[in-house]
Amino acid sequence: MTLLEVEDLHTHFVSRDIDDRVRVARALNGVSFSIAPGRTLGIVGETGAGKSLTAQSVVGLLRPPARIVKGSVRFEGRELTTMPARELNRIRGSEIAMVVQNPRTSLDPLTRVGDQLVRLHQIHDRGPKAASRRHALEMMDAVGIPDPASRARAWPHELSGGMAQRVLLAMALMNAPKLLIADEPTTGLDVTVQAQILDLLRDLVARFDMATMIITHDLGVVAHFCDDVAVMFAGSIVERGPVREVFAAPAHPYTQGLIGATPERFRPGGPRTVGAQPPDLYDLPEGCPLRPRCALARDICVASVPARELSPGHVALCHRIDAASAAGLA
Amino acid sequence: MTAPVLRVERLSKRFPLKGGRFVNAVNSVDLQIAAGETLGMVGESGSGKSTLGRAVLRLTEPSDGAITFDGQDITHLPLGQVRPLRRDMQMVFQDPWSALNPRMRIRDLIAEPIRLHLRLSKSERAARTEELAKRVNLSTALLDRTPANLSGGQLQRVCIARAIATDPKLVVLDEPTSSLDLSVRAGILDLLAQLREETGAAMLFISHDLGTVRIISQRIAVLYLGEVVETGPADALFEAPAHPYTQALLSAHLPADPTVAVSRHVLEGEVPSPIALPPGCKFHTRCPVAISPCRAEVPPAIPVGAGHEARCLRIPDGGNRIVRKEPA
Repeated sequence: MTLLEVEDLHTHFVSRDIDDRVRVARALNGVSFSIAPGRTLGIVGETGAGKSLTAQSVVGLLRPPARIVKGSVRFEGRELTTMPARELNRIRGSEIAMVVQNPRTSLDPLTRVGDQLVRLHQIHDRGPKAASRRHALEMMDAVGIPDPASRARAWPHELSGGMAQRVLLAMALMNAPKLLIADEPTTGLDVTVQAQILDLLRDLVARFDMATMIITHDLGVVAHFCDDVAVMFAGSIVERGPVREVFAAPAHPYTQGLIGATPERFRPGGPRTVGAQPPDLYDLPEGCPLRPRCALARDICVASVPARELSPGHVALCHRIDAASAAGLA
Repeated sequence: MTAPVLRVERLSKRFPLKGGRFVNAVNSVDLQIAAGETLGMVGESGSGKSTLGRAVLRLTEPSDGAITFDGQDITHLPLGQVRPLRRDMQMVFQDPWSALNPRMRIRDLIAEPIRLHLRLSKSERAARTEELAKRVNLSTALLDRTPANLSGGQLQRVCIARAIATDPKLVVLDEPTSSLDLSVRAGILDLLAQLREETGAAMLFISHDLGTVRIISQRIAVLYLGEVVETGPADALFEAPAHPYTQALLSAHLPADPTVAVSRHVLEGEVPSPIALPPGCKFHTRCPVAISPCRAEVPPAIPVGAGHEARCLRIPDGGNRIVRKEPA
């Protein structure tokens, strides 16, 4: 039984240019993945690949001109894309929680942090306020904030980046979510603080038995904190599968290039299949989006790319998988 | 042995605050870099690595200590006399978007240092500009555009072309790849490694990214609260870090390979304020192996290997190890 099932999701930005012509940026082009309870999925990709947009599409936080034009998002069997806003509001912040990248801008600067936690709990649970407050202190303690009672009275600007990220995690946990979406939870934090937050996240995921979706551009985070990985490029998931398998035998040329560019495998002057400008979303090439810069591209790559299952759960979208596998890691 | 291009001795930088207090950004740092060598400087935010990078170029005035550049003491040289030396000492900044004048064409941006420092005719200058663009793998078709039309990786190539335009003896690179995507970063690192071979310039590579520093540097210096706590050859420092902070820093790094077991030692607490520095060893407030002398004595640099030294009082008694290797 899967908790979250995303199928063939397409999100477009529709706008008009200066000559009043309609312009469509195809930002997500048929994204499919699923997350089972208790599993952690890492979504990796470079700037503009559509990682954050995938999360926003899933929880219905898109703002015009972005909208879902096709596809479905099912959470415990319920379709989210067509759900009325009122009903969706009951799920968001309670059953699905989200932690975003910039902890400081995600907190209300004019409300003490404890009150923000209480407020979030009260929206979904109309119990006595004192109970919410006790629960808030418990959650602050659970995320390793020392002396929660006094920190609850702190203003957001008084917190360090690591502490603010802990507060956001506490906030996400307030209503015991089944799915936690963390969008670049440690980007911008120092490595030692990053280690604290990631270790904490792993403990919490196990303790509260949540499914987690971590969006990151850091392959180290994926390698050590995720069960499964989905690699995004130009609005598509080009490869997904169990972490160990994908790192050991990346099948898609883009994944191969990405893993080959990590410090662990990097050799100065080695061959580079990645690093060019990402494709223009207003004018995506036909077929495979990597085609214009892929060394293995052939005529067949103009056709739309079928998903091919290489082993249970390991899927790649490439016409030339056999050639790519033979070439191996760049 | 040839004289180092850059030698820094007991360099400190304090920024005054109201009320007679100071932010102690850099505290008594010693380092040297030889021609053709890349020294990696790692540390977390607030460790003083950018201030140090700026101070060695006299972009910020050092409070104490001495800077010897190419055999000349430049610590107190009037800025008018430092300016001609800038031809031989260049810098690449973290954010290429704000480092380049948005209204200038790429061609003029690359030609600017040539115009300022080299006496070349107009046609020689144009030829050198194109040659520099080729050396940093920048398409000459981009030369007549403005920075807004280039990607981050391309802009950083422009910044590097500017930095090497005058064949400098020293290039300080302050987080040159931090704002770039992984695959773009790989291309810039390729370029830097290649330029170091070609030009023989000394490089000071400042970064918080341990993986990147290891690739590009021969030697590494680890900075904590404005002090160099450990220096050594890159491989020795990564394989046998001696200072507890270096060990914790390395253990916090996640290699992008799920088959490599990580034995982690997660540090408790946060970095103390550089306004009120702790006495003794600056790391004792977070150090899991601190003993009472650590709170009073400033540790000396203790050799732990060839060209490898660390400032920790626990090294002589062997109590400096904090991360135990767990079996994979």
